Amino acid sequence: MTVLDRPDFDLIQRWIKPDSRVLDLGCGDGSLLAMLRDNKNVSGYGLEIDTDNILECVARGVDVIHQDLDAGLDNFDDQSFDTVIMTQSLQQTTAPDRIVEEMLRIGRQAVVTFPNFGHWTTRAYLGFRGRMPVSESLPYAWYETPNIHFFTFRDFEVLCRERGIHIRNRTVVDSNYQSNWKMRLMPNLHGEIALYHIER
Amino acid sequence: MPTEFPADSVGLVTPQVAEFDEPLPLRSGRSLSSYQLVYETYGTLNADRSNAILICHALSGHHHAAGYHSNDDRKPGWWDACIGPGKAIDTNRYFIVSLNNLGGCHGSTGPTSTDPETGRRYGPDFPIMAVRDWVKSQARLADRLGIDQWLAVIGGSLGGMQAMRWSIDYPDRLRGCAVIASAPKLSAQNIAFNEVARQAITSDPDFHDGHYYQHETSPRRGLMLARMLGHITYLSESGMREKFGRELRQGKLHFSYDVDFEVESYLRYQGENFSDNFDANTYLLMTKALDYYDPAGDHDGDLARCLAQSQCRFLITAFSSDWRFTPARSEEIVQALVRAQRPVSYLEIEADQGHDSFLFPIPEYVRLLSGFLASLENESAPQGAPA
Repeated sequence: MTVLDRPDFDLIQRWIKPDSRVLDLGCGDGSLLAMLRDNKNVSGYGLEIDTDNILECVARGVDVIHQDLDAGLDNFDDQSFDTVIMTQSLQQTTAPDRIVEEMLRIGRQAVVTFPNFGHWTTRAYLGFRGRMPVSESLPYAWYETPNIHFFTFRDFEVLCRERGIHIRNRTVVDSNYQSNWKMRLMPNLHGEIALYHIER
Repeated sequence: MPTEFPADSVGLVTPQVAEFDEPLPLRSGRSLSSYQLVYETYGTLNADRSNAILICHALSGHHHAAGYHSNDDRKPGWWDACIGPGKAIDTNRYFIVSLNNLGGCHGSTGPTSTDPETGRRYGPDFPIMAVRDWVKSQARLADRLGIDQWLAVIGGSLGGMQAMRWSIDYPDRLRGCAVIASAPKLSAQNIAFNEVARQAITSDPDFHDGHYYQHETSPRRGLMLARMLGHITYLSESGMREKFGRELRQGKLHFSYDVDFEVESYLRYQGENFSDNFDANTYLLMTKALDYYDPAGDHDGDLARCLAQSQCRFLITAFSSDWRFTPARSEEIVQALVRAQRPVSYLEIEADQGHDSFLFPIPEYVRLLSGFLASLENESAPQGAPA
Protein backbone atom coordinates (compact mmCIF):
# COMPACT_ATOMS: atom_id res chain seq x y z
CA MET A 1 0.00 0.00 0.00
CA THR A 2 1.41 3.40 -0.92
CA VAL A 3 0.90 6.75 0.74
CA LEU A 4 -1.60 7.65 -1.99
CA ASP A 5 -3.85 4.80 -0.88
CA ARG A 6 -3.83 6.03 2.68
CA PRO A 7 -5.30 9.53 2.96
CA ASP A 8 -5.55 8.84 6.71
CA PHE A 9 -1.82 9.48 6.90
CA ASP A 10 -2.47 13.09 5.87
CA LEU A 11 -5.04 13.38 8.62
CA ILE A 12 -2.71 11.83 11.20
CA GLN A 13 0.16 14.05 10.13
CA ARG A 14 -1.73 17.16 11.27
CA TRP A 15 -1.56 15.88 14.85
CA ILE A 16 2.17 15.18 14.89
CA LYS A 17 4.55 17.91 16.03
CA PRO A 18 7.62 18.64 13.90
CA ASP A 19 10.93 17.19 15.18
CA SER A 20 9.10 14.89 17.59
CA ARG A 21 9.73 11.22 18.37
CA VAL A 22 7.18 8.69 17.18
CA LEU A 23 6.65 4.97 17.73
CA ASP A 24 4.41 3.35 15.09
CA LEU A 25 2.90 0.04 16.25
CA GLY A 26 2.33 -2.30 13.32
CA CYS A 27 4.05 0.12 10.95
CA GLY A 28 3.61 -2.03 7.80
CA ASP A 29 6.00 -1.01 5.03
CA GLY A 30 6.95 2.20 6.85
CA SER A 31 5.05 4.61 4.56
CA LEU A 32 3.68 6.68 7.43
CA LEU A 33 7.04 7.00 9.19
CA ALA A 34 8.79 7.85 5.91
CA MET A 35 6.21 10.57 5.30
CA LEU A 36 6.55 11.95 8.84
CA ARG A 37 10.35 11.88 8.54
CA ASP A 38 10.32 13.71 5.19
CA ASN A 39 7.63 16.28 6.02
CA LYS A 40 8.05 16.82 9.74
CA ASN A 41 11.58 15.67 10.53
CA VAL A 42 10.16 13.07 12.87
CA SER A 43 12.42 10.32 14.26
CA GLY A 44 11.57 7.04 15.92
CA TYR A 45 10.80 3.44 15.11
CA GLY A 46 8.19 1.22 13.62
CA LEU A 47 7.33 -2.09 15.21
CA GLU A 48 6.40 -4.83 12.77
CA ILE A 49 6.11 -8.60 12.69
CA ASP A 50 5.99 -9.32 8.95
CA THR A 51 9.42 -9.93 7.39
CA ASP A 52 8.58 -8.48 3.96
CA ASN A 53 7.29 -5.29 5.56
CA ILE A 54 10.44 -5.04 7.67
CA LEU A 55 12.63 -5.42 4.58
CA GLU A 56 10.64 -2.62 2.87
CA CYS A 57 11.15 -0.37 5.88
CA VAL A 58 14.89 -0.98 6.04
CA ALA A 59 15.33 -0.34 2.31
CA ARG A 60 13.57 3.01 2.57
CA GLY A 61 15.63 4.00 5.59
CA VAL A 62 12.83 3.70 8.12
CA ASP A 63 14.03 2.25 11.42
CA VAL A 64 11.97 -0.80 12.25
CA ILE A 65 12.12 -3.33 15.05
CA HIS A 66 10.89 -6.89 14.66
CA GLN A 67 8.48 -7.28 17.53
CA ASP A 68 5.18 -9.00 18.29
CA LEU A 69 2.88 -6.41 19.86
CA ASP A 70 0.92 -9.13 21.64
CA ALA A 71 4.09 -10.16 23.49
CA GLY A 72 4.14 -6.78 25.21
CA LEU A 73 6.00 -3.51 24.95
CA ASP A 74 8.01 -3.74 28.17
CA ASN A 75 11.20 -2.87 26.31
CA PHE A 76 10.04 0.74 25.91
CA ASP A 77 10.47 3.18 28.78
CA ASP A 78 7.68 5.34 30.22
CA GLN A 79 7.07 8.58 28.31
CA SER A 80 10.02 7.94 25.99
CA PHE A 81 8.14 9.04 22.84
CA ASP A 82 6.06 12.09 21.98
CA THR A 83 3.42 10.12 20.09
CA VAL A 84 2.65 6.43 19.78
CA ILE A 85 0.62 5.59 16.67
CA MET A 86 -1.41 2.53 15.77
CA THR A 87 -3.34 2.53 12.51
CA GLN A 88 -5.97 -0.09 11.74
CA SER A 89 -4.48 -2.76 13.99
CA LEU A 90 -6.07 -2.35 17.43
CA GLN A 91 -8.89 -4.73 16.48
CA GLN A 92 -6.24 -7.35 15.66
CA THR A 93 -4.50 -7.40 19.04
CA THR A 94 -5.32 -9.89 21.78
CA ALA A 95 -5.75 -7.22 24.46
CA PRO A 96 -6.70 -3.85 22.89
CA ASP A 97 -7.29 -2.19 26.26
CA ARG A 98 -3.81 -3.14 27.44
CA ILE A 99 -2.28 -1.85 24.19
CA VAL A 100 -4.03 1.52 24.58
CA GLU A 101 -2.78 1.75 28.16
CA GLU A 102 0.73 0.89 26.99
CA MET A 103 0.59 3.48 24.21
CA LEU A 104 -0.11 6.19 26.77
CA ARG A 105 2.55 4.87 29.13
CA ILE A 106 5.23 4.99 26.43
CA GLY A 107 4.00 8.11 24.63
CA ARG A 108 2.78 11.45 25.90
CA GLN A 109 0.04 11.22 23.28
CA ALA A 110 -1.33 8.50 21.06
CA VAL A 111 -3.11 8.25 17.73
CA VAL A 112 -5.37 5.25 17.11
CA THR A 113 -7.42 4.44 14.04
CA PHE A 114 -9.83 1.52 13.69
CA PRO A 115 -12.94 0.39 11.78
CA ASN A 116 -16.35 1.00 13.33
CA PHE A 117 -18.51 -2.05 13.93
CA GLY A 118 -21.41 0.30 14.72
CA HIS A 119 -21.74 1.59 11.14
CA TRP A 120 -25.34 1.32 9.92
CA THR A 121 -24.47 -1.11 7.11
CA THR A 122 -22.80 -3.43 9.62
CA ARG A 123 -25.77 -3.18 11.95
CA ALA A 124 -28.14 -3.85 9.05
CA TYR A 125 -26.04 -6.75 7.77
CA LEU A 126 -26.14 -8.52 11.11
CA GLY A 127 -29.73 -7.43 11.85
CA PHE A 128 -31.31 -8.49 8.60
CA ARG A 129 -29.10 -11.30 7.35
CA GLY A 130 -28.14 -12.70 10.73
CA ARG A 131 -24.57 -13.16 9.53
CA MET A 132 -21.25 -11.57 10.44
CA PRO A 133 -20.85 -8.42 8.34
CA VAL A 134 -18.44 -8.27 5.41
CA SER A 135 -17.81 -4.80 3.98
CA GLU A 136 -15.14 -2.65 2.37
CA SER A 137 -13.66 -1.67 5.72
CA LEU A 138 -14.18 -5.17 7.19
CA PRO A 139 -13.47 -7.32 4.12
CA TYR A 140 -13.02 -10.76 5.75
CA ALA A 141 -15.17 -13.79 6.44
CA TRP A 142 -15.48 -14.54 10.18
CA TYR A 143 -13.18 -17.58 10.06
CA GLU A 144 -10.29 -15.89 8.31
CA THR A 145 -10.38 -12.39 9.70
CA PRO A 146 -7.32 -10.99 11.45
CA ASN A 147 -9.77 -8.76 13.34
CA ILE A 148 -10.41 -10.58 16.60
CA HIS A 149 -12.04 -7.76 18.57
CA PHE A 150 -14.99 -5.91 17.10
CA PHE A 151 -15.99 -2.65 18.69
CA THR A 152 -17.67 0.64 17.87
CA PHE A 153 -16.66 4.26 18.29
CA ARG A 154 -18.95 4.41 21.31
CA ASP A 155 -17.30 1.32 22.84
CA PHE A 156 -13.88 2.92 22.45
CA GLU A 157 -15.02 6.17 24.01
CA VAL A 158 -16.54 4.32 26.96
CA LEU A 159 -13.17 2.57 27.46
CA CYS A 160 -11.39 5.93 27.37
CA ARG A 161 -13.80 7.39 29.92
CA GLU A 162 -13.40 4.39 32.24
CA ARG A 163 -9.62 4.57 32.06
CA GLY A 164 -9.35 8.33 32.45
CA ILE A 165 -8.12 8.86 28.89
CA HIS A 166 -8.78 12.27 27.35
CA ILE A 167 -9.83 12.44 23.69
CA ARG A 168 -8.07 15.49 22.18
CA ASN A 169 -9.39 15.05 18.66
CA ARG A 170 -11.54 12.67 16.70
CA THR A 171 -12.01 12.52 12.93
CA VAL A 172 -14.63 10.20 11.50
CA VAL A 173 -14.42 9.19 7.85
CA ASP A 174 -15.72 6.65 5.36
CA SER A 175 -13.58 3.91 3.86
CA ASN A 176 -12.14 6.47 1.40
CA TYR A 177 -11.17 8.69 4.34
CA GLN A 178 -13.72 11.33 3.33
CA SER A 179 -16.06 13.01 5.78
CA ASN A 180 -19.60 14.41 5.36
CA TRP A 181 -22.37 16.03 7.41
CA LYS A 182 -24.04 12.72 8.26
CA MET A 183 -20.87 11.41 9.88
CA ARG A 184 -20.44 14.60 11.82
CA LEU A 185 -24.05 14.40 13.00
CA MET A 186 -24.18 10.69 13.87
CA PRO A 187 -20.60 9.39 13.75
CA ASN A 188 -21.25 5.99 15.31
CA LEU A 189 -23.97 5.24 12.77
CA HIS A 190 -22.40 6.75 9.64
CA GLY A 191 -18.63 6.64 10.22
CA GLU A 192 -16.65 3.66 8.95
CA ILE A 193 -13.21 4.53 10.32
CA ALA A 194 -12.24 6.86 13.16
CA LEU A 195 -8.97 8.52 13.96
CA TYR A 196 -8.54 9.29 17.64
CA HIS A 197 -5.93 11.56 19.14
CA ILE A 198 -5.74 10.73 22.85
CA GLU A 199 -3.74 11.53 25.97
CA ARG A 200 -3.92 11.11 29.74
CA MET B 1 44.12 -17.38 -17.94
CA PRO B 2 40.76 -19.12 -18.17
CA THR B 3 38.10 -17.62 -15.92
CA GLU B 4 36.12 -20.49 -14.53
CA PHE B 5 34.66 -18.55 -11.63
CA PRO B 6 30.93 -17.86 -11.26
CA ALA B 7 29.69 -14.57 -12.78
CA ASP B 8 28.79 -13.19 -9.35
CA SER B 9 32.26 -13.88 -7.93
CA VAL B 10 34.94 -11.23 -7.47
CA GLY B 11 37.24 -13.77 -9.14
CA LEU B 12 40.96 -13.87 -8.42
CA VAL B 13 42.12 -11.77 -5.49
CA THR B 14 45.55 -11.10 -4.03
CA PRO B 15 46.13 -10.36 -0.35
CA GLN B 16 48.07 -7.20 0.47
CA VAL B 17 50.26 -6.30 3.41
CA ALA B 18 50.38 -3.05 5.38
CA GLU B 19 53.37 -2.51 7.71
CA PHE B 20 53.05 -0.27 10.78
CA ASP B 21 55.95 1.08 12.83
CA GLU B 22 53.98 3.26 15.20
CA PRO B 23 53.57 1.32 18.50
CA LEU B 24 50.06 0.06 19.22
CA PRO B 25 49.13 0.37 22.90
CA LEU B 26 46.86 -2.49 23.95
CA ARG B 27 44.10 -2.88 26.49
CA SER B 28 46.20 -5.40 28.42
CA GLY B 29 48.70 -2.63 29.16
CA ARG B 30 51.24 -4.12 26.78
CA SER B 31 52.00 -2.78 23.34
CA LEU B 32 53.11 -3.94 19.91
CA SER B 33 56.10 -1.91 18.73
CA SER B 34 55.56 -2.79 15.08
CA TYR B 35 53.19 -5.06 13.27
CA GLN B 36 51.70 -5.94 9.91
CA LEU B 37 48.15 -6.45 8.74
CA VAL B 38 47.18 -8.65 5.81
CA TYR B 39 44.07 -7.53 3.97
CA GLU B 40 42.09 -7.89 0.76
CA THR B 41 39.93 -5.39 -1.08
CA TYR B 42 37.11 -5.94 -3.54
CA GLY B 43 35.45 -3.34 -5.76
CA THR B 44 36.61 0.23 -6.36
CA LEU B 45 36.87 3.19 -4.01
CA ASN B 46 34.83 6.06 -5.50
CA ALA B 47 36.07 9.62 -5.98
CA ASP B 48 34.69 11.02 -2.72
CA ARG B 49 35.72 7.88 -0.83
CA SER B 50 32.21 7.38 0.47
CA ASN B 51 31.57 3.78 -0.59
CA ALA B 52 33.99 1.86 1.62
CA ILE B 53 32.77 -1.04 3.73
CA LEU B 54 34.80 -2.83 6.39
CA ILE B 55 34.14 -6.51 6.95
CA CYS B 56 35.19 -7.78 10.39
CA HIS B 57 35.83 -11.49 10.74
CA ALA B 58 34.66 -13.95 13.36
CA LEU B 59 36.65 -16.34 15.57
CA SER B 60 38.41 -18.43 12.93
CA GLY B 61 38.04 -16.06 9.98
CA HIS B 62 40.65 -13.97 8.21
CA HIS B 63 41.22 -11.52 5.37
CA HIS B 64 40.06 -13.83 2.59
CA ALA B 65 36.34 -13.02 2.60
CA ALA B 66 35.50 -13.36 -1.10
CA GLY B 67 36.84 -14.66 -4.40
CA TYR B 68 39.65 -17.12 -5.06
CA HIS B 69 43.40 -17.04 -4.55
CA SER B 70 44.08 -19.29 -7.52
CA ASN B 71 42.27 -21.08 -10.31
CA ASP B 72 42.74 -24.31 -8.38
CA ASP B 73 41.01 -23.05 -5.23
CA ARG B 74 38.21 -25.43 -4.35
CA LYS B 75 36.46 -22.94 -2.08
CA PRO B 76 36.06 -19.16 -2.23
CA GLY B 77 36.55 -16.77 0.72
CA TRP B 78 34.50 -17.27 3.88
CA TRP B 79 31.77 -14.73 3.06
CA ASP B 80 31.60 -15.20 -0.70
CA ALA B 81 27.86 -15.87 -0.31
CA CYS B 82 27.31 -12.18 0.41
CA ILE B 83 30.19 -10.33 -1.30
CA GLY B 84 30.43 -10.01 -5.09
CA PRO B 85 28.91 -8.33 -8.14
CA GLY B 86 25.15 -8.08 -7.57
CA LYS B 87 25.33 -9.78 -4.18
CA ALA B 88 24.13 -8.32 -0.86
CA ILE B 89 27.42 -6.45 -0.46
CA ASP B 90 27.70 -5.47 -4.09
CA THR B 91 31.24 -5.02 -5.39
CA ASN B 92 29.84 -3.03 -8.34
CA ARG B 93 28.85 -0.32 -5.87
CA TYR B 94 31.09 -0.65 -2.84
CA PHE B 95 34.77 -0.83 -1.98
CA ILE B 96 35.15 -3.65 0.49
CA VAL B 97 38.04 -4.14 2.88
CA SER B 98 38.57 -7.32 4.86
CA LEU B 99 41.59 -8.04 7.04
CA ASN B 100 43.16 -10.65 9.24
CA ASN B 101 43.10 -9.37 12.81
CA LEU B 102 46.24 -9.06 14.92
CA GLY B 103 46.92 -12.30 16.73
CA GLY B 104 45.63 -14.22 13.73
CA CYS B 105 47.53 -16.89 11.89
CA HIS B 106 46.94 -15.90 8.30
CA GLY B 107 49.62 -13.29 7.74
CA SER B 108 48.88 -10.52 10.21
CA THR B 109 51.26 -10.29 13.15
CA GLY B 110 50.38 -12.99 15.65
CA PRO B 111 51.77 -15.81 17.79
CA THR B 112 53.44 -17.46 14.76
CA SER B 113 55.29 -14.21 13.89
CA THR B 114 58.84 -13.44 15.00
CA ASP B 115 59.11 -11.20 18.06
CA PRO B 116 61.58 -8.45 17.03
CA GLU B 117 62.79 -8.22 20.66
CA THR B 118 63.83 -11.86 20.97
CA GLY B 119 64.25 -12.96 17.37
CA ARG B 120 62.04 -15.98 18.15
CA ARG B 121 58.39 -16.67 17.50
CA TYR B 122 56.00 -14.98 19.94
CA GLY B 123 54.10 -18.17 20.70
CA PRO B 124 52.16 -17.86 23.96
CA ASP B 125 53.97 -14.57 24.72
CA PHE B 126 52.01 -12.75 22.06
CA PRO B 127 49.86 -10.21 23.91
CA ILE B 128 46.21 -11.14 24.35
CA MET B 129 44.20 -8.85 22.12
CA ALA B 130 40.98 -7.08 23.02
CA VAL B 131 38.30 -6.19 20.45
CA ARG B 132 39.12 -2.50 20.91
CA ASP B 133 42.78 -3.19 20.01
CA TRP B 134 41.68 -4.75 16.73
CA VAL B 135 39.43 -1.80 16.01
CA LYS B 136 42.30 0.59 16.68
CA SER B 137 44.52 -1.31 14.27
CA GLN B 138 41.70 -1.33 11.70
CA ALA B 139 41.34 2.46 12.05
CA ARG B 140 45.04 2.80 11.23
CA LEU B 141 44.53 0.64 8.17
CA ALA B 142 41.63 2.91 7.17
CA ASP B 143 43.97 5.92 7.50
CA ARG B 144 46.48 4.15 5.31
CA LEU B 145 43.82 3.49 2.66
CA GLY B 146 42.58 7.11 2.80
CA ILE B 147 39.17 6.17 4.22
CA ASP B 148 37.96 8.82 6.69
CA GLN B 149 34.53 7.32 7.09
CA TRP B 150 33.16 3.87 6.30
CA LEU B 151 29.80 3.64 4.62
CA ALA B 152 29.36 0.67 6.94
CA VAL B 153 31.25 -1.63 9.25
CA ILE B 154 29.79 -5.12 9.12
CA GLY B 155 30.48 -8.24 11.12
CA GLY B 156 28.96 -11.50 12.28
CA SER B 157 29.50 -13.01 15.72
CA LEU B 158 32.91 -11.79 17.02
CA GLY B 159 32.93 -9.57 13.90
CA GLY B 160 29.68 -7.97 15.08
CA MET B 161 31.37 -7.12 18.36
CA GLN B 162 34.10 -5.30 16.42
CA ALA B 163 31.47 -3.39 14.44
CA MET B 164 29.82 -2.30 17.72
CA ARG B 165 33.20 -1.26 19.11
CA TRP B 166 33.76 0.89 16.01
CA SER B 167 30.52 2.76 16.70
CA ILE B 168 31.63 3.45 20.27
CA ASP B 169 35.30 4.33 19.74
CA TYR B 170 35.14 6.07 16.34
CA PRO B 171 31.55 7.40 16.15
CA ASP B 172 32.26 9.80 13.28
CA ARG B 173 34.08 7.25 11.16
CA LEU B 174 31.13 5.07 10.14
CA ARG B 175 27.65 5.79 8.82
CA GLY B 176 26.23 2.32 9.30
CA CYS B 177 26.94 -0.55 11.65
CA ALA B 178 25.64 -4.06 10.95
CA VAL B 179 25.84 -6.42 13.92
CA ILE B 180 24.89 -9.93 12.83
CA ALA B 181 24.30 -12.97 15.06
CA SER B 182 26.22 -11.30 17.87
CA ALA B 183 25.84 -10.36 21.54
CA PRO B 184 26.69 -7.40 23.80
CA LYS B 185 28.92 -9.72 25.87
CA LEU B 186 29.31 -13.44 26.40
CA SER B 187 27.08 -15.34 28.80
CA ALA B 188 28.55 -17.71 31.40
CA GLN B 189 27.52 -20.58 29.11
CA ASN B 190 29.41 -19.03 26.16
CA ILE B 191 32.52 -18.59 28.31
CA ALA B 192 32.17 -22.17 29.55
CA PHE B 193 32.24 -23.51 25.99
CA ASN B 194 35.33 -21.41 25.27
CA GLU B 195 37.03 -22.72 28.39
CA VAL B 196 36.40 -26.35 27.41
CA ALA B 197 37.88 -25.58 23.98
CA ARG B 198 40.95 -24.00 25.58
CA GLN B 199 41.37 -26.91 27.99
CA ALA B 200 41.25 -29.33 25.06
CA ILE B 201 44.17 -27.44 23.50
CA THR B 202 46.30 -26.75 26.58
CA SER B 203 46.01 -30.33 27.90
CA ASP B 204 47.26 -31.81 24.62
CA PRO B 205 50.73 -33.32 25.33
CA ASP B 206 52.02 -31.59 22.21
CA PHE B 207 51.07 -28.14 23.53
CA HIS B 208 54.30 -27.58 25.55
CA ASP B 209 52.86 -24.50 27.30
CA GLY B 210 52.35 -22.91 23.91
CA HIS B 211 56.00 -23.32 22.84
CA TYR B 212 55.15 -26.17 20.46
CA TYR B 213 56.93 -24.46 17.53
CA GLN B 214 60.29 -25.14 19.21
CA HIS B 215 59.33 -28.79 19.46
CA GLU B 216 58.32 -28.78 15.81
CA THR B 217 54.90 -30.08 16.68
CA SER B 218 51.39 -28.78 17.20
CA PRO B 219 48.57 -29.69 19.63
CA ARG B 220 46.52 -31.01 16.74
CA ARG B 221 44.31 -33.34 18.76
CA GLY B 222 43.42 -30.58 21.21
CA LEU B 223 42.71 -28.14 18.41
CA MET B 224 40.58 -30.72 16.66
CA LEU B 225 38.53 -31.30 19.82
CA ALA B 226 38.13 -27.56 20.32
CA ARG B 227 36.85 -27.18 16.78
CA MET B 228 34.50 -30.15 17.04
CA LEU B 229 32.98 -28.66 20.17
CA GLY B 230 32.75 -25.24 18.53
CA HIS B 231 31.18 -26.72 15.44
CA ILE B 232 28.38 -28.33 17.43
CA THR B 233 27.53 -24.95 18.93
CA TYR B 234 27.54 -23.26 15.52
CA LEU B 235 24.91 -25.62 14.08
CA SER B 236 21.36 -26.06 15.28
CA GLU B 237 19.81 -29.27 16.55
CA SER B 238 17.26 -29.27 13.72
CA GLY B 239 19.90 -28.42 11.14
CA MET B 240 22.07 -31.32 12.26
CA ARG B 241 19.09 -33.69 12.25
CA GLU B 242 18.25 -32.55 8.75
CA LYS B 243 21.81 -32.97 7.50
CA PHE B 244 22.83 -36.20 9.23
CA GLY B 245 19.94 -37.67 11.19
CA ARG B 246 21.26 -40.96 12.57
CA GLU B 247 22.64 -42.03 9.20
CA LEU B 248 25.26 -44.72 9.52
CA ARG B 249 28.60 -44.39 7.80
CA GLN B 250 28.72 -47.98 6.59
CA GLY B 251 25.10 -49.00 6.97
CA LYS B 252 25.59 -50.97 10.19
CA LEU B 253 26.62 -50.57 13.81
CA HIS B 254 30.16 -51.70 14.58
CA PHE B 255 29.92 -52.15 18.33
CA SER B 256 33.32 -50.55 18.58
CA TYR B 257 34.51 -46.99 19.25
CA ASP B 258 35.17 -46.29 15.59
CA VAL B 259 32.98 -43.99 13.54
CA ASP B 260 29.42 -45.36 13.28
CA PHE B 261 27.38 -42.27 12.47
CA GLU B 262 27.75 -39.76 9.63
CA VAL B 263 27.76 -36.87 12.08
CA GLU B 264 30.83 -38.32 13.84
CA SER B 265 32.64 -38.58 10.56
CA TYR B 266 31.68 -35.04 9.64
CA LEU B 267 32.89 -33.57 12.93
CA ARG B 268 36.18 -35.47 12.72
CA TYR B 269 36.73 -34.22 9.19
CA GLN B 270 35.97 -30.61 10.18
CA GLY B 271 38.21 -30.87 13.23
CA GLU B 272 41.13 -32.43 11.39
CA ASN B 273 40.89 -30.02 8.51
CA PHE B 274 40.88 -27.12 10.96
CA SER B 275 43.81 -28.38 12.98
CA ASP B 276 45.87 -28.61 9.78
CA ASN B 277 45.26 -24.94 8.99
CA PHE B 278 44.92 -23.07 12.25
CA ASP B 279 47.31 -22.11 15.01
CA ALA B 280 46.45 -23.21 18.54
CA ASN B 281 47.78 -20.04 20.21
CA THR B 282 45.63 -17.95 17.89
CA TYR B 283 42.57 -20.01 18.86
CA LEU B 284 43.28 -19.41 22.54
CA LEU B 285 43.77 -15.70 21.95
CA MET B 286 40.60 -15.28 19.89
CA THR B 287 38.41 -17.06 22.45
CA LYS B 288 39.87 -14.85 25.20
CA ALA B 289 39.06 -11.73 23.19
CA LEU B 290 35.48 -13.02 22.99
CA ASP B 291 35.33 -13.68 26.74
CA TYR B 292 36.68 -10.23 27.62
CA TYR B 293 34.36 -8.27 25.33
CA ASP B 294 31.94 -6.15 27.38
CA PRO B 295 31.77 -2.55 26.15
CA ALA B 296 29.20 -1.65 28.82
CA GLY B 297 31.83 -2.57 31.44
CA ASP B 298 33.34 0.90 31.12
CA HIS B 299 29.91 2.42 31.85
CA ASP B 300 28.79 0.62 35.03
CA GLY B 301 27.26 -2.11 32.91
CA ASP B 302 24.88 0.36 31.24
CA LEU B 303 24.95 -0.60 27.55
CA ALA B 304 22.56 2.22 26.60
CA ARG B 305 24.92 4.83 28.06
CA CYS B 306 27.82 3.17 26.26
CA LEU B 307 26.05 3.09 22.88
CA ALA B 308 24.80 6.67 23.31
CA GLN B 309 28.24 7.69 22.08
CA SER B 310 27.50 6.29 18.64
CA GLN B 311 26.30 8.41 15.73
CA CYS B 312 25.66 5.82 13.04
CA ARG B 313 22.59 3.87 12.01
CA PHE B 314 22.48 0.28 13.25
CA LEU B 315 21.21 -2.91 11.73
CA ILE B 316 20.92 -5.76 14.20
CA THR B 317 20.15 -9.23 12.86
CA ALA B 318 19.71 -12.59 14.53
CA PHE B 319 18.77 -16.07 13.34
CA SER B 320 15.93 -18.10 14.82
CA SER B 321 17.93 -21.32 15.31
CA ASP B 322 21.10 -19.69 16.68
CA TRP B 323 21.62 -20.95 20.21
CA ARG B 324 25.23 -19.78 20.56
CA PHE B 325 24.07 -16.13 20.34
CA THR B 326 20.28 -16.34 20.53
CA PRO B 327 17.97 -13.63 19.11
CA ALA B 328 17.40 -12.54 22.73
CA ARG B 329 21.07 -11.50 22.89
CA SER B 330 20.63 -9.32 19.81
CA GLU B 331 17.48 -7.86 21.34
CA GLU B 332 19.57 -6.72 24.32
CA ILE B 333 21.59 -4.59 21.90
CA VAL B 334 18.42 -3.28 20.23
CA GLN B 335 16.89 -2.37 23.57
CA ALA B 336 20.02 -0.48 24.64
CA LEU B 337 20.03 1.43 21.34
CA VAL B 338 16.35 2.34 21.76
CA ARG B 339 17.08 3.55 25.30
CA ALA B 340 19.96 5.58 23.89
CA GLN B 341 17.59 6.98 21.22
CA ARG B 342 19.88 5.76 18.45
CA PRO B 343 18.61 4.77 14.99
CA VAL B 344 18.31 0.99 14.81
CA SER B 345 16.52 -1.66 12.80
CA TYR B 346 16.18 -5.26 13.91
CA LEU B 347 15.08 -8.45 12.19
CA GLU B 348 15.12 -12.03 13.42
CA ILE B 349 15.51 -14.20 10.33
CA GLU B 350 13.99 -17.68 10.13
CA ALA B 351 16.88 -20.03 9.35
CA ASP B 352 17.82 -23.57 10.21
CA GLN B 353 21.61 -23.25 10.06
CA GLY B 354 22.11 -22.09 13.65
CA HIS B 355 24.87 -19.60 14.45
CA ASP B 356 26.48 -20.35 11.08
CA SER B 357 23.41 -18.88 9.30
CA PHE B 358 25.24 -15.59 8.84
CA LEU B 359 27.50 -17.24 6.26
CA PHE B 360 24.62 -18.37 4.03
CA PRO B 361 22.83 -16.45 1.25
CA ILE B 362 19.37 -16.69 2.88
CA PRO B 363 17.08 -14.55 0.65
CA GLU B 364 15.60 -12.35 3.43
CA TYR B 365 19.08 -11.82 4.86
CA VAL B 366 20.50 -10.81 1.47
CA ARG B 367 17.62 -8.36 0.94
CA LEU B 368 18.07 -6.98 4.44
CA LEU B 369 21.78 -6.28 4.04
CA SER B 370 21.48 -4.82 0.54
CA GLY B 371 18.47 -2.69 1.59
CA PHE B 372 20.37 -1.35 4.60
CA LEU B 373 23.44 -0.46 2.53
CA ALA B 374 21.32 1.19 -0.19
CA SER B 375 19.51 3.30 2.40
CA LEU B 376 22.86 4.44 3.85
CA GLU B 377 24.00 5.35 0.36
CA ASN B 378 20.84 7.39 -0.22
CA GLU B 379 21.31 9.41 2.92
CA SER B 380 23.35 12.59 2.91
CA ALA B 381 26.97 12.48 1.82
CA PRO B 382 29.57 12.08 4.57
CA GLN B 383 30.58 15.14 6.54
CA GLY B 384 33.31 17.15 4.90
CA ALA B 385 33.00 15.29 1.62
CA PRO B 386 32.27 17.19 -1.57
CA ALA B 387 28.59 17.24 -2.48
